[in-house]
Amino acid sequence: MTRITDTFQHLKSPAFIAFLVAGDPDLETSIQLAKHVIRAGVDILEIGMPFSDPVADGPTIQKANERALKSGMTPDILFDIVHELRKDTDIPIVLLTYYNIVFKRGIEKFYRHARDAGIDGILIVDMPYEESKDVVEIARTVGLNQIFLVSITTSTKRLKKIVSLASGFLYLISTTGVTGVRQELEHSVFELIHSVRKQSNLPLSIGFGISKPEHIKPLISEGANGVIVGSAIVHLIEQHLDNKKIMIDEVSRYISTMKKATGLLKDIKG
Amino acid sequence: MKKGRYGDYGGQFVPETLMCALEELEHAYGQFRKDHTSMDTLNRYLTDYAGRPTKLTYCENLSEMLKCNVFLKREDLLHGGAHKINNTLGQALLAKFMGKKRLIAETGAGQHGVATAIAGAVLGIPVDVYMGEVDIERQKLNVFRMELLGARVIPVRTGTRTLKDAINEAFRDWVTNVESTYYLIGSVVGPHPYPRIVRDFQSVIGSETREQIKKVSGRLPDVILACVGGGSNAIGMFYPFLNDKVRLIGVEAGGKGLETGEHGATLCVGSQGVLHGAMSYVLQDDYGQIMNTHSISAGLDYPGVGPEHSMLKDIGRVEYFAVTDHEVLEAFHLLSRKEGIIPALESAHAIAQVVKMADKFDKDDIVVINLSGRGDKDVGEVAQLGDSI
Repeated sequence: MTRITDTFQHLKSPAFIAFLVAGDPDLETSIQLAKHVIRAGVDILEIGMPFSDPVADGPTIQKANERALKSGMTPDILFDIVHELRKDTDIPIVLLTYYNIVFKRGIEKFYRHARDAGIDGILIVDMPYEESKDVVEIARTVGLNQIFLVSITTSTKRLKKIVSLASGFLYLISTTGVTGVRQELEHSVFELIHSVRKQSNLPLSIGFGISKPEHIKPLISEGANGVIVGSAIVHLIEQHLDNKKIMIDEVSRYISTMKKATGLLKDIKG
Repeated sequence: MKKGRYGDYGGQFVPETLMCALEELEHAYGQFRKDHTSMDTLNRYLTDYAGRPTKLTYCENLSEMLKCNVFLKREDLLHGGAHKINNTLGQALLAKFMGKKRLIAETGAGQHGVATAIAGAVLGIPVDVYMGEVDIERQKLNVFRMELLGARVIPVRTGTRTLKDAINEAFRDWVTNVESTYYLIGSVVGPHPYPRIVRDFQSVIGSETREQIKKVSGRLPDVILACVGGGSNAIGMFYPFLNDKVRLIGVEAGGKGLETGEHGATLCVGSQGVLHGAMSYVLQDDYGQIMNTHSISAGLDYPGVGPEHSMLKDIGRVEYFAVTDHEVLEAFHLLSRKEGIIPALESAHAIAQVVKMADKFDKDDIVVINLSGRGDKDVGEVAQLGDSI
């Protein structure tokens, strides 16, 4: 059993998952941010490896990628950061990356390095199941969860195949489009939760566009097991680039508020 | 062999949201090819509107100078001034066939953007073109042309602000508007089935050349050359000759020289990687980050290349060389003065390579160069450069 599976099984309320780009806004602050985000109570931390050509990301995370690359981020430094975080925490850590970063190092080598650093699962943004045979096999051998995306455009036929390969949890994309903060969630996300639930017992985490406590409630009452927030956090980082202390405080406060929203809901439901 | 693969290369490395669109495209394209009405319409547009077949011109002066028989395949004579329209008419008709309401495209030099704008205008489909800010600056004339043709040019301010970033932005638009929008890719790059679709639409270049050269010379050429950025004019030219005893040469952007790192010679010095949805050769650093490129011609300023070219390189069927900006400028002037034809800077790469290796040819050798576009768009840039290169 991985930390991810264990976490979903034992959590009393739905998981709150926070996303940070490794190395954003700079190496040192990035480590401080990750530590504070964990302290503020996230259940799972997602760390993004910056890539020069992030086609699935909106402007906010694109800029974070650029900042992080400028700060010199590499997979090795990312693994060092995770290793450092692991000294104080047992929460699951998931790595988000584009495939070329993994491919360049060699899949097996990359996955072993990731596991040795203390990473629990890997999501490759630009890898549909058709191309995933090698990574799924290696993830199994190495003992990492291979996380897959499911979109509102995913057909039932595809969904069945994805479900058969995925482990840890399924990452449901709440909308068509790239990452980024949205005012309201599209209704289609609820149908997505229902249709995926019929096919799989894996925990379902919803991401893309979630930024406010009020987004969380309907998702969870429709059956989501986790919510993922990325751009809203990265946006706070971007807003406070000139003052790292305020940046960290604001991000921590925001995480606590969002985490509270997932916790409270359980009480309402329960 | 796996779907959409050329040896190890190709495939579909895209976010899940786009997979349904690629499946839909693949299916629709199969139907489109089988649909006689659609094929007739395409052929009618290619002949009556775009100006096919294009001429195969024997270059008397250049032949005398280089001591071999040089022919130019005159894609520069097409409507719009480049081979790009072969593909945009095909794909725009396919988009209509699929019921899509909007075309998006990326452009580097602006040639594909113009060709898409032309196709959109004549077929009545709105067009948005993504173009890097750097390219907008160096290809102002083409920006104005696109706008005249009714297209909207959207500046891309991320990354290196050139072609690769324009493709990223087009992908982002497509992910967002996947139901209504058709992404009209301009080269044999991107996820399957794009490399196949673009090759099919561009193969008319090679097929015509084959017939024309046989008619004039009674045999196939000895050597064929074409420039390679993404590689659509080259594949279109090479594909019908792959099974013949014809030496095929692709010419990449050597920029300021391969040793300077400032170039776009993906096949010459790149390595295997994944960019824009396909496994192919890419220019990347030790960690898999895509590198910046440089070329005098915006159309070849790209760190990737079509997956089929990657395979053709590995199996040794096509040879790939690079020529420098300097050599390209000389070839640009040479063709202008010797033959009265101003070539696009992209196409001038192929000319430069012929000049460079002319001493290896026999006087009876038939050498065909794909003149993929005309150089009007580059006149300003060349004038500005003066003697600085």
